[in-house]
Amino acid sequence: MIGLSHYLVVSTLLFALGLYGVLTRRNAVAILMGIELMLNAANVNFVAFTKFVDPTFVRGHVAALVVITLAACEAVVGLALVINAYRHLETVNVDQVDLMKG
Amino acid sequence: MARLAWLIPLFPLVSYGVLAFRGRQLGERAPYVAIGAMALSFLLAWAVFLEQVGGASPFVWRAAWAVGGDRVITVGYTVDPLSSITVAMITLVGGLIFVYSVGYMRGDPYYGRFFAFLSLFCAGMLTMVLANSFLLMLIGWEVIGLCSYLLIGFYFRRQAANMAQMKAFLTTRVGDTLMLVGIMAVFWQFGTVDYHTVFEAVRERAREASAVVRLGAWEVPWATLTALLIFGGPIGKSGQFPLHVWLPDAMEGPTPVSALIHAATMVAAGVYLVGRAYPLFFFTPHHEALAAVAWVGTLTALVAALIAVAQDDIKRILAYSTISQLGFMMAGLGVLGYTAGLFHLLTHAFFKALLFLAAGSVIHAVHTNNIKEMGGLWRSMPVTFWTFLAGFLALAGVFPFSGFWSKDEILLEAYHHNPAVYTLLTAAAFLTALYMSRLVAYAFFGRYRGPQHPEPDPWLPEDYARAGLHHFPGHGHHGGHEPHESPPVMTVPLVVLAAFALAAGFVGIPGTGPEGGSWIHHFLKFEGFKEAGIHAPSFSWLLALRSLGVAVAGIAVAWVVYGLRWVASEQIRAWVGPLYPFLRNRMYIDAAYAWVFVRGGLGLAAALRWVDVHVVDGLVNLVGWVTVLVSRLHRLFDTYVVDGLVNLVGWSTRGLGLVLRPLQTGRAYNYILVAAAGVAVLVVVSLWRL
Repeated sequence: MIGLSHYLVVSTLLFALGLYGVLTRRNAVAILMGIELMLNAANVNFVAFTKFVDPTFVRGHVAALVVITLAACEAVVGLALVINAYRHLETVNVDQVDLMKG
Repeated sequence: MARLAWLIPLFPLVSYGVLAFRGRQLGERAPYVAIGAMALSFLLAWAVFLEQVGGASPFVWRAAWAVGGDRVITVGYTVDPLSSITVAMITLVGGLIFVYSVGYMRGDPYYGRFFAFLSLFCAGMLTMVLANSFLLMLIGWEVIGLCSYLLIGFYFRRQAANMAQMKAFLTTRVGDTLMLVGIMAVFWQFGTVDYHTVFEAVRERAREASAVVRLGAWEVPWATLTALLIFGGPIGKSGQFPLHVWLPDAMEGPTPVSALIHAATMVAAGVYLVGRAYPLFFFTPHHEALAAVAWVGTLTALVAALIAVAQDDIKRILAYSTISQLGFMMAGLGVLGYTAGLFHLLTHAFFKALLFLAAGSVIHAVHTNNIKEMGGLWRSMPVTFWTFLAGFLALAGVFPFSGFWSKDEILLEAYHHNPAVYTLLTAAAFLTALYMSRLVAYAFFGRYRGPQHPEPDPWLPEDYARAGLHHFPGHGHHGGHEPHESPPVMTVPLVVLAAFALAAGFVGIPGTGPEGGSWIHHFLKFEGFKEAGIHAPSFSWLLALRSLGVAVAGIAVAWVVYGLRWVASEQIRAWVGPLYPFLRNRMYIDAAYAWVFVRGGLGLAAALRWVDVHVVDGLVNLVGWVTVLVSRLHRLFDTYVVDGLVNLVGWSTRGLGLVLRPLQTGRAYNYILVAAAGVAVLVVVSLWRL
């Protein structure tokens, strides 16, 4: 029988993977992908808690949908930034995007 | 004509303006401007004078000048017998002296300047005489004082001239200050300085009991005090004792200046003022202001005549003689001889100007002022000798020369109104004849005692030497030689003046006027006498013979001692003992002034300097030191406390920055790591608490 704990473990692993990707990757696109993983970990949590704790109203599902919308917006903005950075600096390596550093 | 009288002072003033700005360019032609202006003034002045002689009524023109509330100060001019005859005299004598100066000053590098000063002087003098109020009179008065200063120091590179001009200016200033206070007193009492108004008011007030002013223990009537303060000016300007000391020293100026300013006109300004302001003096209780005038004049006449006997410098003798004669005039005015004093003023102007100009001619020829280095000049300088003789006879009071008539008038008035003054003035008249005869005997008779080759004047400045002069122009302008006669431009004025010195007194002959009196008595009279019931004493043959006898006695004594030398003058010196050095050193009056005022002034200055250096400077330095000390303390505080705080803030900020700097790497993942770590800590803590 698969309970709440299983979902939470999966979502924690997913979050940790995303965090790891964000911390270790230098490629901006990869970082964005790590962020997407963490957001999805949050979605898993929302859905899991809705199913096991408060199944009457699907408030967690609604929250998950909002998060997905937010993730899409974030991806649009983030990728636009990355493309622009690439156009100006010919790199997507975040270490080399340091124009604002004194 | 009287309406044009304002033009009389204007011509010399314009001449001054022209010469002051264009004198250098005009050069040798400068005198034409000055003499031309003087000639115009002369013609106008004589036209005005003759109109007055013809019986024209006095004319006064005045206009409001400064208005303060109901008090109006007017400016204008007065034409009456007194001012018209004085103006006529000034323009005549002044014009002749201008002509004489053409010859005397020829070759001087500052020719134009000399005539500019002379013109300004005449403008001031004529203004002073024609003025309608004390204020305008004061303006002219100060202008002539200034010109006197400038002309005494005309040879401005001579130290003696500089000293003399300062002495003259400062001494007369003493009197002028008193006079200024007197004019203020007049204004304060009457609310105006206009002659006519003031004199009318004085006459009105004389009938009432006069107000008194308390001076310490004395009670002096206001009228007397005002008159005496005004008299201060004449004492200074007319060289009255004890302010006479400047006049002999003023002889440092060129001789025409001595003749014009210090013999004929400026020094007469004081006498003129007393005559002009006669009501102020007359309408005092018991005429006490006039008594003061009489005694000052008498003392002056006697003291100056005594000093003149023991002097050797020809110009100095004449200077003391001038002082003495001014004393006569004052004494005459003081003993109710209004006409007599002013008459003597006019005749004296002619013969004293003549004497000075003739003396200048002599100095011009022999290069010395010392009469003991002259001698026998009557042969080599006939015109100068005869004209000088005319002046001498007039001054000594010999019949029928002008001085006889005017001096006799004074003695006559004194005899009737103040016998003590009469006695002293008779003594002074004797001395006058004595010292003038001595001068004539030394200078014109005997043999020539001067050096044949006079040495160049050591004080001669470069610009004079460049102009080819070996002496100041007043001291001759050629090398050593026998004395010779001066050029006609100098001798013609002498002859004209000699004629006046002889004839000017004839207007004083009894019978020339109506009612058996003299013409001058009819022309120049003081209206106040009639009111007071004072009548001019009639001519007395006895007194006339007595004064003539005194004059002849003086001449005879001098002739015996200095001309015939029956008695050696050394012998007389031995007889009189200490009197001779006493008189020769001018009664030590100058020395006393030098001691008291000059040395006193310098001593005071030194004392004040000591105070300045030690007390005032000490205080200032103390303040300085204290300020420096306080500021040092401030500096310490500033350096260690204020700066310390500021630096502390700086250092601490910097230290904190150093500590915190490593945290800010600029790499986003580091921050995220920290954030993640923080979350992890929070999770652990929250779990722990559970």
